[in-house]
Amino acid sequence: MSKERKMTITLPREELMSSGHLACQGCGATLAMRYALKALGQKTILCIPACCWSVIDGPFPHSSLDVPIYHCAFETAASSASGVRAGLDMVGDKETTVMAWAGDGGTFDIGIQALSGAAERNEDFIYACYDNEAYMNTGIQRSSATPLGAWTTTTPVKHYKKERKKDIIGIMAAHDIPYIATASIAYPEDMIKKFKKAKDIHGTRFIHIYAPCPTGWKSRPDDTVKLARLAVQTGYFPLYEIEEGEKRTLNLRIKERKPITDYLKLQGRFRHLKQDEIDLIQAEVDNNYQKILKKCGL
Amino acid sequence: MRKVIMGNHSLSYGAMLSRAQVIAAYPITPQTQVVELLSEMCADGTLEAKFIKVESEHSAMAACLGASMAGARTFTATSAQGLALMHEMLHWAAGGRMPVVMGDINRSMAPGWSIWTDQNDSLSQRDTGWIQFYCSSNQEVVDTVIQAYKVSEKLMIPSMVILDAFALSHTYEVVDIPEQAKVDAYLPPFNPPYRLTPDDPHAFGGLTSSDHYMELRYRLQKDMEKVPALIEETGREYEQMFGRYLGQVENYLCDGAELVLVTSGTAGYTARVAVDELRARGIKAGNLRIKLFRPFPFEPVRSILSKVPKVAVLDRNISYGHHGIFYQEVKSAMYGQPSQPAIFGFIAGLGGRDITRESFKEIADYTLKHDRPEEEIVWIGVKK
Repeated sequence: MSKERKMTITLPREELMSSGHLACQGCGATLAMRYALKALGQKTILCIPACCWSVIDGPFPHSSLDVPIYHCAFETAASSASGVRAGLDMVGDKETTVMAWAGDGGTFDIGIQALSGAAERNEDFIYACYDNEAYMNTGIQRSSATPLGAWTTTTPVKHYKKERKKDIIGIMAAHDIPYIATASIAYPEDMIKKFKKAKDIHGTRFIHIYAPCPTGWKSRPDDTVKLARLAVQTGYFPLYEIEEGEKRTLNLRIKERKPITDYLKLQGRFRHLKQDEIDLIQAEVDNNYQKILKKCGL
Repeated sequence: MRKVIMGNHSLSYGAMLSRAQVIAAYPITPQTQVVELLSEMCADGTLEAKFIKVESEHSAMAACLGASMAGARTFTATSAQGLALMHEMLHWAAGGRMPVVMGDINRSMAPGWSIWTDQNDSLSQRDTGWIQFYCSSNQEVVDTVIQAYKVSEKLMIPSMVILDAFALSHTYEVVDIPEQAKVDAYLPPFNPPYRLTPDDPHAFGGLTSSDHYMELRYRLQKDMEKVPALIEETGREYEQMFGRYLGQVENYLCDGAELVLVTSGTAGYTARVAVDELRARGIKAGNLRIKLFRPFPFEPVRSILSKVPKVAVLDRNISYGHHGIFYQEVKSAMYGQPSQPAIFGFIAGLGGRDITRESFKEIADYTLKHDRPEEEIVWIGVKK
């Protein structure tokens, strides 16, 4: 092996996010923003509704991002972004990318009406949902993105979440928008590729980012990337794309999926689960993964 | 150009002549014709604007605000339940200093379902930080929309131009449609001091601690206080260019009157006829029609009412557990004034019940017969 061989930097060097932001240690959502902006560049305008990122960015008059941000109302990420795009078009700025950047609560729950409306109109913006699977900013309450079996402050151990996670990709796919992708902070090259691809497409583009939350998941901050990777490797959060409503591509095929226990056991929110409950979750994961494989023609 | 148009289309013409660039709206009776005509204008190129056909009024206002933040002039229109659904975004518009202009067709709030007029929808939004104009004719609607953009964009405060359901929204009147070139000379393009642009990135509306929040609200109030003088200035300028003065109130025969009716909206139109009839009977009546409700026109209201012995305030609205809202506000404006009239409060016309000349005759008779009001609220035309 040649001694001169150097490590290749596979991510864009441009940093549009600075240190000094207010995220918790090990925050997945922070990595997600950093990678997304590396892909989109400075000519980007963000619409951020109530979510962790409305705090992470920093209080007035500070901002940790080098792009303009419109902090909008909780349920208005998609309607605000529709307006920003229309306004930019009317003042002659066709170049800037508009991105709605919302958490799972703002996307799966309170913002879904505006999101569905915008997707039906095929509004020209990227909608990125960073999913940490609960209302983390308000202190870990269940959302419709919270997975089966999880503890939250509103699904206490004795009444842990008995419902499945809402299939947001299925919902968005039903809108027949030009681009849908899942992405993970454990696979930054893949995520950046997807944001770059989304940038060059017109119409509504939806990217679902898996963003672990040590505070809410009761996991170690240094396990964040590991957890995000395990979510993919277990088949719990497969990386795939849907283009033009039809072309489905599995971006990373896991030949030997790891057992879901590997993923669950690193998180305090699943600590109460008994073996039969874990078996049930494993069966759910297997079933969902097979469905996605089938849809991708594999 | 003179045209016979309905009240709703007066709003559309106002928005078109003001060159609104982004319109986001959702249908609701009795507002629908406003946006139907604007859709046609956008479709046939009469108006160069983006029309976003949103899925709710909440999204309509949210989209207008996004567009406003991007530097575009925006317009929407709604009514009753739609306005109530927008409530959160009304605070957002004023708090974020986004000068949207919106038409509201005063419609009663459900339940029971009613499509007819009263003012509880817009008055429930009194404290959201919007400028509110109550109009009484289609001409006034067109003119006020144009003036509203000028005032709103100068102070970065949104405006609501309000008209009664059916009594005005669906009433056809002759309207002098101002010439586009003259409107362009009166109303320059929207050029906000800050906007969303990557060339000068800012974060708008983020987390604001108690170190800063109060100053933002203080400034909003201070700028609100500048509205009356700006209405006078822009109203005189409008008069010079278009021949119609646009003021805060309409004073009809109040000087030297023994009784002044205080009215708003189309009831203010009827009140003028009632005043003529009362005068024919030898009663020196006058009509003070309040057009600008927020900010409250303290100066003209005080100066007119402090010279009369009796005042009868008509409310087509109610603050449950208190009084009619205009009654509250007039009393509050007159409190502590060196010369105070006896002020009577009447409620009439809720849910679209007609307010007629007879209603005003009853109001005048009651007010003249009593030294002061014997009831907290005098109801006109209610089946008790």
